[in-house]
Amino acid sequence: MNLIVCLKQVPGTTKVTIDPQTNTLIRQGIENIINPFDAYALEEGVRLREQHGGKVTALSMGPLQAKKMMRDAISVGADEAVLLSDCAFAGADTWATAYTIAQAIDRLKPYDLVICGRQTIDGDTGQVAPELAAMLDVPFVACVSQVEDINDGVIRVKRMVDEGYEVIETSLPAVISVVKEINVPRLPSLRGLTRAKIATIPVWTVGELGVDESAVGLAGSFTKVIKVFFPQRISQAEMLSGDLENQVATLVNRLKENKLI
Amino acid sequence: MEYFFTEQQNTIRELARRIAEERILPVRTELDQKGEFPWSIMKDLADADMFRAFIPEEYDGLGGGCMELCLVVEELSRVCSAVAVSYAASALGCFTLMEYGSEEQKRKYLPDIAAGKKLTAFALTESTAGSDASAIKTTAEKVDGGYLINGTKQYITNGGEAEIYTVIALTDKSRGARGASAFIVEKDTEGFSFGKKEDKMGIRSSSTRELIFRNCFVPEENLMGKPGLGFIMTMKLLDRSRPGIGAQAVGLGQGALEVAVDYTRQRVQFGHPLISLPVVQDILADMATQLEASRALVYAAARTVDSGVKSFTEESAMAKVFASDVAMKITTDAVQICGGAGYMRDYPVEKMMRDAKITQIYEGSNQVLRNAIAIEVRKRKARRT
Repeated sequence: MNLIVCLKQVPGTTKVTIDPQTNTLIRQGIENIINPFDAYALEEGVRLREQHGGKVTALSMGPLQAKKMMRDAISVGADEAVLLSDCAFAGADTWATAYTIAQAIDRLKPYDLVICGRQTIDGDTGQVAPELAAMLDVPFVACVSQVEDINDGVIRVKRMVDEGYEVIETSLPAVISVVKEINVPRLPSLRGLTRAKIATIPVWTVGELGVDESAVGLAGSFTKVIKVFFPQRISQAEMLSGDLENQVATLVNRLKENKLI
Repeated sequence: MEYFFTEQQNTIRELARRIAEERILPVRTELDQKGEFPWSIMKDLADADMFRAFIPEEYDGLGGGCMELCLVVEELSRVCSAVAVSYAASALGCFTLMEYGSEEQKRKYLPDIAAGKKLTAFALTESTAGSDASAIKTTAEKVDGGYLINGTKQYITNGGEAEIYTVIALTDKSRGARGASAFIVEKDTEGFSFGKKEDKMGIRSSSTRELIFRNCFVPEENLMGKPGLGFIMTMKLLDRSRPGIGAQAVGLGQGALEVAVDYTRQRVQFGHPLISLPVVQDILADMATQLEASRALVYAAARTVDSGVKSFTEESAMAKVFASDVAMKITTDAVQICGGAGYMRDYPVEKMMRDAKITQIYEGSNQVLRNAIAIEVRKRKARRT
């Protein structure tokens, strides 16, 4: 099986600053971690390779500092890792991100399965995986909590829904996104760490991908972030006075006024 | 202190620490209370290639030696000594094979041991043969095509959990210790069963069990080295493994010191944190100094073992004796300065104190080892004059 796992580096903190020009996160100078959901995706990819053979390629788009995450991916079992990095990729929305990744996956063909985390913990949109599937024109299953079977070009998975789960079968190639219930990610191995240290991490730029600069990054994004702000905490309290009966009557009135009852 | 580790040794150490903190720490108390063998952690250690650390590259290991083993054991023991000894006992159980096994034996067993698919155990002690190891009674009678083993081994670490056992038995009763031989016995061999599982004071989640042999047939090819060399091989094996017990003791001491420092920084009495009291500082300073001294001695002994010199009985005995005595002292001091809290099961230091005691007892009691050191000292003097 040819497996591709999509990874993203996210800030390992909630104290982030926003670039006032682009309204995107300033990622320089803060400690980055692998998006936690992506760690489950990577583990699942490695487990599927252990069961079915083949190869796991980790794929990420981000600044060059993400090379460290790609080495970490190799230390826990990825066979190869490719980083998409170019100034032109910066500021991408989910569409431009999915487009760029889809172009890279096109270069990695043939593939059987693309595994993503259900969402990132910084952007939190959960849109890249389904957009990616649409652009690749393959089936997509979100929130997979178990891969039950892969046989003869068909994958059967359990997917979490609000009440219980669904069992879905689909043809391969496909894209799935996974939830944390799917596995417990392993720690690196000593052999993996050695492999990671000497591994070459290819960096693909706009030129390598052969894409138009206007189709990627901020330029290729349909959505623009107008404003980013921390919500203000407003708490108001009104103390009711008078005898109990009056207090209750006032309270009921207030609740009615605010259409709460 | 700077100990000039290689890059590989640093990697081993860092990964072992991560496993200890991420996988062992959350279950440490439960393991101790239930006394259950830590299988899931053994699996984590196997997945992380930790069993490869001390096995030669040609048998799927990473080519390390006693030093690498010590680094892993120390880091694991810093969090839980019971897990550390279960891991270390698997090294003990295959050192004889690595040293004296035939090429075929090594090819057959070592790759699975390196992968952590099979744990090993070493079986010498019997009810009548502890410090006096030459008093073993288990026999291996030569029969057509192999040997019939009869007897009972006692207090065997990893007993019942390991798949591969190095068993010392007498092939020639009339020759005593010179009639002992070493055999590989696999679990599930007919005539080989497990007896009493011990309920211990410390290292509770490690397995300590009786091995019972009743007309247990092992084929000729399971004999390691030559018949009659079993006792000498065992003495050399223990010389090689003792720095590992020293490392276990260093890890225990490190863990206890860290808890003591944290506690005394937080605990306020007489209006000040305990750590600002000279009487407490005195204890902590001694703990830290003695710990570093034992660490330096253990590393030096481990490097001596790995250096290829012929004999290192004295060095490895010194490292084990010193480090284990220090661990007992440091863990006791840690309980003392944590006061009432330290005595409670909610704090880890009482477990460390219980765990430390065994390091003064097993793989040669400190009394027997002092005897061995004294013999070497005397021999040296005799050679000079």
